Amino acid sequence: MHPNLNNLPVYDTTGVNERIAKFCSRSIKKSSKNEGLKLAISMIDLTTLEGKDTKGKVQQLCYKAIHPHDSLKDIPTVAAICVYPSYVGVAKKALEGSKINVASVATAFPSGQSNLEVKLYDTKFALDQGADEIDMVISRGEFLAGNYNFVFDEIATIKEACGETHLKVILETGELDTLDNVRKASEIAMYAGADFIKTSTGKIQPAATLPVTYVMLDAIKDYYLKTGKMIGMKPAGGISTSKIALQYLVMLNEVLGEKWMNNKYFRFGASSLLNDILMQLVKAETGMYQSPYYFSKD
Amino acid sequence: MQKNENKNMFKASWTYDKAPESTDHVQIKKEYELYINGKFTKPVKGKYFDTINPSTNKKIASVAEATSEDVDIAVKAARKAFKGWSSLSGKERGKYIFRIARLIQERAREFAVIESLDGGKPIKESRDIDIPLAANHFFYYAGWADKLEYAFPNRKPEPLGVVGQIIPWNFPLLMAAWKLAPALATGNTVVLKPAETTPLTALKLAEIIHDSGIPKGVVNIITGAGETGASIVNHPDVDKIAFTGSTGVGKYISNAVAGTNKSVTLELGGKGANIIFEDAAIDQAVEGIVNAIFYNQGHVCCAGSRLFIQESVADVVIQKLKDRMETLIVGDPLDKNTDVGAINSKKQLQIIENYIKIGINEGGDIYQSSCNLPKSGNWCAPTLFLNVSQSHKIVQEEIFGPVLAVQTFRTISEVIEKANNTPYGLSAGVWTNNGAKIFHLTERLEAGVIWANTFNKFDAASPFGGYKESGYGREGGMQGLNPYVKFD
Repeated sequence: MHPNLNNLPVYDTTGVNERIAKFCSRSIKKSSKNEGLKLAISMIDLTTLEGKDTKGKVQQLCYKAIHPHDSLKDIPTVAAICVYPSYVGVAKKALEGSKINVASVATAFPSGQSNLEVKLYDTKFALDQGADEIDMVISRGEFLAGNYNFVFDEIATIKEACGETHLKVILETGELDTLDNVRKASEIAMYAGADFIKTSTGKIQPAATLPVTYVMLDAIKDYYLKTGKMIGMKPAGGISTSKIALQYLVMLNEVLGEKWMNNKYFRFGASSLLNDILMQLVKAETGMYQSPYYFSKD
Repeated sequence: MQKNENKNMFKASWTYDKAPESTDHVQIKKEYELYINGKFTKPVKGKYFDTINPSTNKKIASVAEATSEDVDIAVKAARKAFKGWSSLSGKERGKYIFRIARLIQERAREFAVIESLDGGKPIKESRDIDIPLAANHFFYYAGWADKLEYAFPNRKPEPLGVVGQIIPWNFPLLMAAWKLAPALATGNTVVLKPAETTPLTALKLAEIIHDSGIPKGVVNIITGAGETGASIVNHPDVDKIAFTGSTGVGKYISNAVAGTNKSVTLELGGKGANIIFEDAAIDQAVEGIVNAIFYNQGHVCCAGSRLFIQESVADVVIQKLKDRMETLIVGDPLDKNTDVGAINSKKQLQIIENYIKIGINEGGDIYQSSCNLPKSGNWCAPTLFLNVSQSHKIVQEEIFGPVLAVQTFRTISEVIEKANNTPYGLSAGVWTNNGAKIFHLTERLEAGVIWANTFNKFDAASPFGGYKESGYGREGGMQGLNPYVKFD
């Protein structure tokens, strides 16, 4: 199935921002706040994507994923650990026995500036190492040059290589500039076989924003109405506080609703978000904020 | 009742805990008197009426009912104050008006809570729109007070004298601001009457005006119902009437002042056309439809109560609109998450319910959001009528509630003809991504305010008013000074 790119919905930035302001003005308190925060933890793809990553760093992060904060009861584990292909094996081993997935970026992440063979090899390497999920990047240069078929084919090829493995397609919305472009790229990714669409690599500013995510959720909604297939959403980068995470969840709740309110269909790509949420949950339980020193940083 | 069911596939599952705005900082007296000649005074006849919280139908306070005797005292006080006030320099008048604006800002939270308690509107609207805009109006006209000669170059603007101002219940404080600010800036003195269902914020405003130290008698605020209003209109020593309210009362006022020297501005009802073209940003247009008709429970004279959707996108727009209506939170006006509050009064609820009955009897397809309405108080679920036409009564008459009449159209000339096919002419909305189309429509639509790709936006600097039976005269902007001045 191919997307019809000539007849896509358009977006009015002012109008989108007004709608976002409404989500952000929701007052989330007490048990609904706790419920939201725990849900948010379960949706985190705990991420480290640095040149300076090492085996030790990844192992420590995996331990944190399994034990977010042992003194708090009923805390879910995060959804996945997200790493470079070279650390998939390390993470896989460290997470053995847990239900946490290992997601690997691939396809010449973050720029995607390489040829398809290299990208395929990158993907296969991650899969061979045992990755449960692949986060690929689209070729933004080709997209902006109008070579939509190229972008489509590349995604479809990677999806073929992934087989049943979940494929998240990173649009790098910070480089696409307009909401209409975000919609177009979402459309291409979904029709080409993405299981998830994802905003950003985290390497480009702005990374995830509420307006961009809103447009992607709207695209997911329309795709579901047309095909009956549910696509997941992953905003990534820049979501570092509980407050922002709750704003995303309010938006998800009011746009896509119940069926998407779980980690099968929604993820946060984040690294420092987890501790901020834990701090809020401890505050809810004890009535006071604790020093950040009490929350382990891995 | 035959209901048009919505198959909502995107039902929200996460319900938000109650988040009520605190009310402990609010001071409401048990009994309110008339603010005349710089003092709160008992009414001559000693009569009082109750003001009711529409979300519970419980009494909030007793409010004095001004009779013609009280009106006479108020007008005399205003007349006496006129000479001093009008001969003050614009700069001095401006100081008082600036002071009022700042005092409103300082007590914004208290005003917002009282507005929601007394009128039923969601706290987020009174907090984020009504109160800030009211302060904005005073700031704006305070700025004009010493610059009138620039607004009217080479002419010498003179104030009219004593102005009688009668305001409605849908935006109680904001309408008081719209009326008072330009009248004071131009040197007039005022007798203002708020609506009988929502007098409290105007009375709070009286306290602030008193605190501002403005000379006594310049502003008099008296409360009461239609009879009190009629006494103001018919008082021989009033120079001007400014009225916002229903077209019915507007016609009565026009008749009453005919043959007198009184000048009049009227801001009356409306049946605004909201037009969605196939090339619009559909999702934002749906949001605009919601803002146009469910904002303030549809108690908005410029509400977009007639929706016109281009036929090629009608199904998509209607489905998205129904889905969006399901996510509207209807309930306690003081809850910060409430999107749609209480209907302003029992009487207004009856009027709305009667129109809904008429709509059903006329064969319209009704759709209402499936929200749970509170048991006590006055409530109406957001409502659509599909498959109606210009011949339906609910399309022709102003309902003043959260009830939207939906029609489709095929061509641009058809929609212009239908949009103008009403005795009203207050507002219209146009949704299209095509700039040329916007100007094509704005030239041809008979409406005082036309919004493009947005709806129900207000600003002190922007004039507001109607065509045809929606009234005459403008409020807001430099144009808003005109109705309060005369020239030799």
